[in-house]
This record gives sequence, C-alpha cells and structure tokens, in this order.
Amino acid sequence: MAARIQVPSQAKRGEIVEIRVLIQHPMETGYRHDDVGHLIKRNVINVLSCRYNGVEVFRADLSSGISANPYVQFYTVADKSGELEFYWIDDEGQQGSERQSIQVGA
Amino acid sequence: MKRREFLAGIAGSLALPRAALAQVDPLDPLVWVVTNGAAVKQGKVTVVLPQLADNGNSVPISITVDSPMTEADHVKSIHLYSEKNPVRNMANFYLGPRAGKAEINSRVRLAGSQKVTAVAKLSDGTFWYDTAAIVVTLSACLDES
Repeated sequence: MAARIQVPSQAKRGEIVEIRVLIQHPMETGYRHDDVGHLIKRNVINVLSCRYNGVEVFRADLSSGISANPYVQFYTVADKSGELEFYWIDDEGQQGSERQSIQVGA
Repeated sequence: MKRREFLAGIAGSLALPRAALAQVDPLDPLVWVVTNGAAVKQGKVTVVLPQLADNGNSVPISITVDSPMTEADHVKSIHLYSEKNPVRNMANFYLGPRAGKAEINSRVRLAGSQKVTAVAKLSDGTFWYDTAAIVVTLSACLDES
C-alpha cells in the first residue's frame, strides 16, 4: 500500500507540527456490486496509528464512512529529534507502515 | 388558565421540540458506548463542512476542539457520527496532550443530505458536541458508482 506522509523535516522544540497522511486504499464499503452482481467484500483500513519515538500520539479508527484513499491531517508537538512511525491495517489483514524522521532544534 | 400561562405553554411547546432535535441523544447506543450515559453538551467542538457537496464520495471535514491540550486539560477522543450513512459511526480519533492542538482534517463519505455530529471526550470527563448540516447532491455508499 502506497502512502504519502508529510512531516516537516525540521522543527523547533515545542512547535506544533502538522502531519498529513494519505494512503492509497480503495476503502471498499461492502455495499457495492461487481460487474456480475456479486457483492464486493468490505475492505477498509480500520486502524491508523502514529507513534513518535515509540509513544503513540495519534490513533484513528476508520470505517467505510471515510473516503477512498483516506486522508487524515493532525498535529503533534515536536519535542525531540527522532522518528515518527505510521502503521495501519485493513480488513483483509494487510498492514502498512512508514517512517519519517524529524529534526528538532532548540 | 390565565392568559400568561397559556402563552408560556405555547411558547414552551414550540421551543422544546427544536431544542430536542438539536441535541445529541445520549441514549443512542453509538453515543452511549462512548459516554456511558453522561450528558453531552453543545459547544467547544466546531465541525466545518461545505454547505453543499456535489459528490458524497469525498467531502472535506474539519473538526476542531477548543482545548489548551495540556496534561491537565486535553481532548481524549473525537467521535464522528453521520445521520444517514449505513455505518453511522464514521470514525474515532484518539488524541492526547502530545497532540498540541485538537484539530483533525479528513475526508468522509456521506450517503445523502444530512447532519454530521462530532462528540469530543475531554480529560475531565465531560462530553461536548457540534453538528454541521450538508446538502449532498450525489450520495455515496449506496449507489452503484
């Protein structure tokens, strides 16, 4: 699963940084039919989590009510240089993860 | 009955249903799961939706909660409900003091013109909500597009 995650590469200590996550995923609702009339099984990303140096700072439970190619924008306080780790999983059990590093200056 | 009482009664009966409509029903099982029966007050939360969406498949939504986001006073979670979607609880977002700012932007699917409600749980145990109405021309989820 391809994802585009935007985290500022540099920030001041204590600065509130904006994080934008865009994951390529159909977010199949389970209400649609294919060309021969069979119901397409539901397949949505149900958990998206963001950890900052190992501490979870954001988590989202998503459902079929979120658009295909889910986009989530949230904020976090830059306190230390390190890594932001993103993790998500869909109904079929497919997992995705991505890491972004952030440099925090004084 | 005095004239004054009568008029007050009429005014009351007119005002009540409207107030009841605008409120989040704390007995709604989806809300109950979150609040455990606690009162949900209007305020602090702001939901921003466009007034009209041509296509319900992707509607930008912004949820902001007025909170200092400190260790003592922060938003714990934000729950998003749709009035008409087959899956009414659209998303739950879990935040903490590390968020710095209680603001979430995302894109939702909406099955028809409706009201979208966001309920926020604060660290002091109170619940706040806001609703936003939207007109959706082409609804998502249920059509075969």
